[in-house]
Amino acid sequence: MSLFRIAIHIVPRRGLLDPQGKAVSDALHALGFSGVRDARIGRFIVLEMEATDAMDADAAVRQMCERLLANPVTEDFEIEGVHAIEGAHAT
Amino acid sequence: MKFGIVTFPGSNCDYDAYHAVIDQLGERAVYLWHKARDLEGVDVVILPGGFSYGDYLRAGAIARFSPIMHEVASHARRGGPVIGICNGFQILCEAHLLPGALMRNSGLKFVSKPVRLRVENSDTLFTHRYEPGQVLRMPIAHGEGRFVADRATLDRLEQEGRVVFRYVDAHGEPTTEANPNGSLRAIAGIVSAEGNVLGMMPHPERAVEPLLGSVDGLGIFHSVLERVAA
Repeated sequence: MSLFRIAIHIVPRRGLLDPQGKAVSDALHALGFSGVRDARIGRFIVLEMEATDAMDADAAVRQMCERLLANPVTEDFEIEGVHAIEGAHAT
Repeated sequence: MKFGIVTFPGSNCDYDAYHAVIDQLGERAVYLWHKARDLEGVDVVILPGGFSYGDYLRAGAIARFSPIMHEVASHARRGGPVIGICNGFQILCEAHLLPGALMRNSGLKFVSKPVRLRVENSDTLFTHRYEPGQVLRMPIAHGEGRFVADRATLDRLEQEGRVVFRYVDAHGEPTTEANPNGSLRAIAGIVSAEGNVLGMMPHPERAVEPLLGSVDGLGIFHSVLERVAA
């Protein structure tokens, strides 16, 4: 088993009103960043977990997202950066 | 008749529900701890309002995995009545006992005030003591009460008469101004396909005696009492 660090992005699904994102994009427009078309605000989760390999870690995290971390009705998730943590080997 | 009121860590309307059942309805009620694996033979389950698990991750997301929710789901599958109020509604959606989800209010603020609701279906287990189209007054108190679902689900809910309550104005119309949280189609409460699970953001248990400003919530308790006792 190795130790992995996995980053997960969870954002409100496009097309659903994200009032927080809208407030932020309005504020950015007020600051002169007129090119901003959309802002959505979600969560960023960093997990450290044991797995046999990166594929195994990715599959487990996908299940975690589907069952708990993201709401399939309102949110999309993206798993990125499944990295083995160097020097750390779980027993 | 015996009501079971589930207490999660962070529930804060459990006593209001208890008061409504014991003092206003004159029926029996027990608190059920979220770690319990037994409903103690209750006839009706109430998931009360509050902030279970601090609303961490999403409102209701963690509570739905509490051990008692297994029993609540089994009770619902057997046709047993379940009432989810506010946080209870959020938990029922997270548990897939009701469709859709409750998102952050469109105005971003926590809204605590009395609202008007129109009874959209008075032929359910929970609403048959109301008149069709009757306008009720009840308080809301939530930051995440914007009901959303995809269009197909919304259409199905409407066609099947499962939209039970809608936010309306003084004339009984579902105007944008009367919608306190931006819920799609002004939906304030829905029932399951089988009709035995009710989820609603407003608080009927806080509208059960004149001192509280309204008695309009009593109809829900009397409706379910009459059907289950029959």
